[in-house]
Amino acid sequence: MGFPILSLMVALPLAAALACLFSGARAARWIALVATLVNLGLGILLWTSYEIGGPQWQFTEYVPLFGRFAWALGIDGIALLLIVLSVFLMPICIAASWDSIQKRVPEYMAAFLLMETLMIGVFGAQDMFLFYIFFEAGLIPMYLIIGIWGGADRIYASYKFFLYTLLGSVLMLIAMLWMANEAGSTSIPVLMAYDFPAEAQTWLFLAFFASFAVKMPMWPVHTWLPDAHVQAPTAGSVILAGVLLKMGGYGFIRFSLPMFPIASAELMWLVMGLSMIAVVVTSLIALVQEDMKKLIAYSSVAHMAFVTIGLFAFNRQGIEGALMVMLGHGLVSGALFLCVGVIYDRMHTREISRYGGLANNMPKYAMLFLLFTMASVGLPGTGNFVGEFLSLIGAYEISSWVAFVATTGIITGAAYMLYLYARIAYGAARTEEAAAMPDLTPREFALLAPLAIATLWMGIYPESFLAPMRNDVGAVLARLAPTAPHSDAKVAIGNPKAAAAPGAHDSAEAHH
Amino acid sequence: MSMTASLALTVPELILSVGALMLLMVAAFGGDGFARAIGWGAVALFAAAGFSLIGPAGNGGPGFDGLYIADSFSSFAKLLIYVAAAVSVAVAPGFFSRTTGGYRAEYPILILLSAVGMGMMVSAGDLLTLYVGLELQSLSAYVLASFMRRDTRSAEAGLKYFVLGALASGILLYGISLIYGFTGTTLFAGISDALAQGITTGQLFGMVFIFAGLAFKISAVPFHMWTPDVYEGAPTPVTAFFASAPKVAGMALLLRVAIEAMGSGTDSWRQIVIFAALASTILGGVAAIGQTSIKRLLAYSSINNVGFALFGLAAGTPEGVAGTLTYMAVYVAMTLGSFICVLQMRDADGHPVETIASLSGLSRSRPGLAAGFAIFMFSLAGIPPLFGFWPKFLVFDALVRAGFWPLAMVGIATSVIGAFYYLKIVKTIYFDDPAPEFAPAASKLEGGLITLAALAVSPLGYLAIPLLDATSMAAARALF
Repeated sequence: MGFPILSLMVALPLAAALACLFSGARAARWIALVATLVNLGLGILLWTSYEIGGPQWQFTEYVPLFGRFAWALGIDGIALLLIVLSVFLMPICIAASWDSIQKRVPEYMAAFLLMETLMIGVFGAQDMFLFYIFFEAGLIPMYLIIGIWGGADRIYASYKFFLYTLLGSVLMLIAMLWMANEAGSTSIPVLMAYDFPAEAQTWLFLAFFASFAVKMPMWPVHTWLPDAHVQAPTAGSVILAGVLLKMGGYGFIRFSLPMFPIASAELMWLVMGLSMIAVVVTSLIALVQEDMKKLIAYSSVAHMAFVTIGLFAFNRQGIEGALMVMLGHGLVSGALFLCVGVIYDRMHTREISRYGGLANNMPKYAMLFLLFTMASVGLPGTGNFVGEFLSLIGAYEISSWVAFVATTGIITGAAYMLYLYARIAYGAARTEEAAAMPDLTPREFALLAPLAIATLWMGIYPESFLAPMRNDVGAVLARLAPTAPHSDAKVAIGNPKAAAAPGAHDSAEAHH
Repeated sequence: MSMTASLALTVPELILSVGALMLLMVAAFGGDGFARAIGWGAVALFAAAGFSLIGPAGNGGPGFDGLYIADSFSSFAKLLIYVAAAVSVAVAPGFFSRTTGGYRAEYPILILLSAVGMGMMVSAGDLLTLYVGLELQSLSAYVLASFMRRDTRSAEAGLKYFVLGALASGILLYGISLIYGFTGTTLFAGISDALAQGITTGQLFGMVFIFAGLAFKISAVPFHMWTPDVYEGAPTPVTAFFASAPKVAGMALLLRVAIEAMGSGTDSWRQIVIFAALASTILGGVAAIGQTSIKRLLAYSSINNVGFALFGLAAGTPEGVAGTLTYMAVYVAMTLGSFICVLQMRDADGHPVETIASLSGLSRSRPGLAAGFAIFMFSLAGIPPLFGFWPKFLVFDALVRAGFWPLAMVGIATSVIGAFYYLKIVKTIYFDDPAPEFAPAASKLEGGLITLAALAVSPLGYLAIPLLDATSMAAARALF
């Protein structure tokens, strides 16, 4: 056990949060920014010192501090990338709230820093109950963020967010208790290798599903998300869409798939069915939204359905694609919420019909917004393309119908995003205020530029992101292999040499 | 066992009763001017009684031919009772000195006597010891409830408590007489042997009545009706006392009777406990939603929490009993903390206020107090990482281990109902616009106690798990 870098990354924001509570508004902003930047530095250090192809679990720490369960931390490639995503988004959130949050700043910064602690804890926990505690604890700061600094209808949204997710999670707790009792261990790596009895797996799967499906969110338990997004302050939406939603997907790949492979195969159609409905229905709902944030929230539900489709395709393309969608969506939806926040700060309305023609007076903004719109649509060259393409290939291998229905989501996705962009940025300004809005300030530009670079990086050289998680996806696949359902399309894997013809670059990449 | 050896087992009770009588003399001759000094004397007596548990009184086994048992179970419960009682005494002067009647010397003495009764309850090895202890505790409690004589609500609370408490005692006594009649003994060990040979209808009736009587004392549904009225009417320090120490004593007594005396009939009483547990968690959650008084809300919260603690007993295993004991330990910290927070709710003139609406926007006028409230509320709701999560974890773990996982699923789902009204308090404190400010903090002691309780239920509490696990498990094993 070397230097406890993960513990440090968990403890640092916590200490900063306490410091914020006891300082003034100005000091709290700086403390929060410095702490999150230091954590970003640590995250980059973590990424660079992560040994690709090394042991499955790295940076492990184990202190049997609590008797029944332990302070056990450790990450694999999947957790690594999600931690990096979290620490990357965090300073952006703090900076995005620099001017727009004016009331109760110390508490606001403390809530965000606490959130960061808990997010890193969730992805880094190697003990099931430690995971649960971090997973659930996130409700408290998010409840406060939505409830104190949210929009007009914030109280309803905060309750809905809290109670929905709590109900899902408590059932998971009972399943965890049963598992710990059955397997005699609370260590996640041990449980990932434990074969639970087939009939129990179904129940356990459903209990975990209740929690992760709400967190994800999957149709029909997604209704808390639009409310929470619309009411939350901009940075709250970024964190919610960027990281919190990823906890559901992370839960599926960390718990449901490797621990209950039999049940996962049996209940594949439940997940696929709900995901297919989600792609079609929420995309259509997004098409008719008048509120920018709501539109992006519904698009998040649709994108998350690509994640579940990919995960439950039971093949490498699907799972790697799902993880890429998670990362890509974390960046892009975060960036889109920031874009909305930029113009919301100027006009204080989220109604699409009040804007228009922003390309004339805000060219830099229109440029970046266009980039993120295209990324959300899944244009090649952006991170989302890689993810969606891979997960659809994976889905096609398992069922052509799923792939067919899911692909319509790409088309409708293009429709609602381009329609949104056209109404906001093109044509003539519908209101005088919209025409008079100044372009991005350097601070706003500095927030969006790193996201743009990261999105393009993911699209142009996805190997940097795929490489760390390749072996871990392989480990999950090895657990799934005995029960993986058969493909309806009977796709035969071709000879790689023969397939390496011009234009087949992407499929070759998918088979890396 | 000789008489002196038996007496050595009861040292804590001896300290408390002799001390209480001496303080009573001081009060009789010195008057209310000595009230504060008597209060500190009582706290010192509680400390002394607590330390005396290190000796034979802590783990000396049965005495007085089995009538009285000093084991690790009783010392676990006694320690909690003494801490809770001492805190209830310590916070009282600040409250009573601002009321019309003033602080009177009887208050600490009544609490001392009540604690003697509670000590006997948790150490009872015989149904009659149990009854005597219970009545000593209850009689002191009736007087305490109506301690503010000139306040009609307090008088009403005392009367209500007395009438319903007497009814419950009658039910309990009837059950005791049935058990005695159908088993031929009142000793727990004897009852256990008799029940092991198969349970007759008469014995079953006796069990039901005893459980009903004890359910009243811990205010489990359907015997909870007195709780909101009494908690609301009684002076706040007294309510804090009712919600903590007698609850622990009643729960410990129930555990001992259920396991030690009726352990061989577990399957017969389990359904009663399961019903009471589920009904308490559901009703305690649903009925609390519409409350406007913080004290009534906390009364329903205590009903709700007793329901969760009962889940541990429903498992009927040592792990379950240990879970219930841990539950009570954490519950005492949470509930005392919340009531001391309620004690800080005073309007500008120093009069106590009790409406939830008056908490509105507290986070801006008194951020420290607001944070304390929020910590206790989230902890009572059982949201990790606060420590209130841990005892819920333990009782449900025990249920799952005993094979009752469907019950655990239903039980934990009811905790979401409870979460709603705890969230409502947090919402009032943090999201709403400020109401008129409270009077500034008057007592460093109360602030210190709130801080201490808040630290205990904060994530730091998890560091105490190994200690809590070891002691509660040792206590639970003493019953099996």
